[in-house]
Amino acid sequence: MQKVVIVEDFCIACYNCEVACVATHSRSEEPIKAYKRENLRGRSNALVEVNGPIAFSAMCRHCKHPWCLDTCISGAIQRLDNGIVYLDEERCVGCWGCVLGCPYGVAHPNLKGEEKHAFKCDLCIDRLEAGLKPACVEACPNKALIYDETMEETEGAYNR
Amino acid sequence: MLYKKPQIQYYPYIVQRDDYKCVRCLGCVEQCSYDATFYDEELDVIWNKHEACVGCKRCEAMCPTDAIKIVPNPSRPYEHGSWKWDLVMDAYLQANTGSIIITGIGNDKPYRVYFDHLLIDACQVTNPSIDPLREPMELRTFLGRKGQRIELDETVDGNLALKTRLAPQLQLETPIMFSAMSYGSINLNFQESMARAAVQLGTYWNTGEGGLHKRLYPYAGSGIVQVASGRFGVSRDYLKAAAAVEIKIGQGAKPGIGGHLPGEKVNADIAETRMIPRGSDAISPAPHHDIYSIEDLRQLIYAIKEATRYEKPVFVKIAAVHNIAAIASGVARAGADVIVLDGFRGGTGAAPKVVRDHVGIPVEVAIAVVDKRLRDEGMRNEVSIVATGGIRSSADVIKAIALGADAIYIATAAMLAIGCTLCQTCNTGRCAWGITTNDPRLARRQNPEIATEQLANLVKGWSHEMKEMLGAMGINSIESLKGNRLRLRTIGLSEKESEILGVLPAGM
Ligand code: SF4
Ligand code: SF4
Ligand code: SF4
Ligand code: SF4
Ligand code: SF4
Repeated sequence: MQKVVIVEDFCIACYNCEVACVATHSRSEEPIKAYKRENLRGRSNALVEVNGPIAFSAMCRHCKHPWCLDTCISGAIQRLDNGIVYLDEERCVGCWGCVLGCPYGVAHPNLKGEEKHAFKCDLCIDRLEAGLKPACVEACPNKALIYDETMEETEGAYNR
Repeated sequence: MLYKKPQIQYYPYIVQRDDYKCVRCLGCVEQCSYDATFYDEELDVIWNKHEACVGCKRCEAMCPTDAIKIVPNPSRPYEHGSWKWDLVMDAYLQANTGSIIITGIGNDKPYRVYFDHLLIDACQVTNPSIDPLREPMELRTFLGRKGQRIELDETVDGNLALKTRLAPQLQLETPIMFSAMSYGSINLNFQESMARAAVQLGTYWNTGEGGLHKRLYPYAGSGIVQVASGRFGVSRDYLKAAAAVEIKIGQGAKPGIGGHLPGEKVNADIAETRMIPRGSDAISPAPHHDIYSIEDLRQLIYAIKEATRYEKPVFVKIAAVHNIAAIASGVARAGADVIVLDGFRGGTGAAPKVVRDHVGIPVEVAIAVVDKRLRDEGMRNEVSIVATGGIRSSADVIKAIALGADAIYIATAAMLAIGCTLCQTCNTGRCAWGITTNDPRLARRQNPEIATEQLANLVKGWSHEMKEMLGAMGINSIESLKGNRLRLRTIGLSEKESEILGVLPAGM
């Protein structure tokens, strides 16, 4: 299956991917309203990590063998037919199994919302169905995130 | 200490942040390479140290919610007709430092731009204009010595064959090349982008004086390599790989001044490419210490021609200064195949501000007088002229060629194509746009894949516009415009200025 390819060489830590992810998963789909009215700050499924000159945006790798799914006690995490590992926030009970189980640290606990649940990248499933690219990919100004249907699924597949 | 000195307190820019629109993504904090932007966790607010802001507008460009505007500080020092605010600031600054003010980019003083006083001709009624979309229109240009005449031979089967051995030529699909910017002054991502764009466009890029990085050898066939006073990176492979060799005598932004890449910027990769020890200052002396006369220059030109088996044109780049016609004539006689005239609005990675702003002459004037002098001396065909330093648009290219240039180089325009905002801090090595820096955190801001496309787009756009202008003039080949000053008119210039440019005033 396809996933967002992370190009570590060119991430410039601009955080546009995070804002785009929050906005696209909000009711208003408006960044300012999403952060200020819907209280979605800190709810990006993509997380930009910065360490010295190195930066990259990390989001779910939609593993063939999802460790998060193994640990999920409520059946909230499923691997869909198209390969997307989907976390249903309604069914999540907030046991943080996936948070601990994910080797990439990309399943996150929602610590400040009223509802206790985990959240993770859904590969912008609604956008994909509408024929669009994932929001973070579209927002990235430096081609540090790529979504290419023709690209093979291998970790670190992108080599210049 | 709360007191701040005037040159700090009267800072030139204010970072205006619309706090409601700001979603605290921290992008601007990360983008600012001048330590002007901070996040205060306790107050959950982004602060700016306005006095550190250089006005690069990087944060403004990257803010996902359009919350930032960088505006000139209305409380910059007061100015009057003579003391402009930046002169006041410079005086404050030097009173504190006692040192030379170093700056980047090019001359920003409001000298007359002659390009803006030249108008282009068009056809009406008596001679037809040409539609470049329907009819062939040629921008192809050859650079190199053309010679006096050619001799032909008849072959056994009755065909004609060329008997004269032609001097080496560079073939350009459009008369726009990327000017010299060295690895060290700029980073490899940008240099690679220019190289790739040049290959794509069928034109040339120039290594500058910093050597040719091993990663760029595949693009060297479209590359012009420089031999400058520091001789950095010059080797057999370097000369062999390139399409042409350029001897750099001077630079328009800083005529008479050498270069200095401080040791702390000479990392392992730059050191290897320049062929100098890591961490050592890369100093290009002001003169070539083996060139003190036209005869000496001739020796170097012919040494390079010999080393390259007379297969490659040799360029000589000189800064446009007083008496440029006589100097260019000497350079032509010394055996240069191409003379590069670099005007005083040309850019630089670092130069003393006083030199950048006050030394040299405009390239428009230099082209006109050099072209005329070489024609008068009957040797214009012996050498091509490339103009650079102050070319801002396709109209400038057309005007430069009509004044007598064969082709032009762009550098500042190329930097604009990839984001440069003319903030004039190239010399700091902290370019927030990742252009004139080798800081690995900043250099990655230029993704060669994107930058190549932007550079190629700019040149393509200009080339299309040039075809339109040629078509309007009823000319179907750029060759026919070369030195064709009758297709230009001056406006708002004195008689003497028009005479020097060799262009009639509008209305004649
Ligand atoms: S959350 Fe982690 S473990 Fe689960 S699919 Fe994504 S990357 Fe794999
Ligand atoms: S693919 Fe969509 S859900 Fe996943 S990180 Fe990107 S924007 Fe967020
Ligand atoms: S948008 Fe792209 S460059 Fe910016 S932080 Fe995200 S991955 Fe990095
Ligand atoms: S980039 Fe814009 S939204 Fe993000 S912290 Fe800065 S001002 Fe706020
Ligand atoms: S990024 Fe540039 S414009 Fe923005 S605050 Fe920093 S120096 Fe000023």
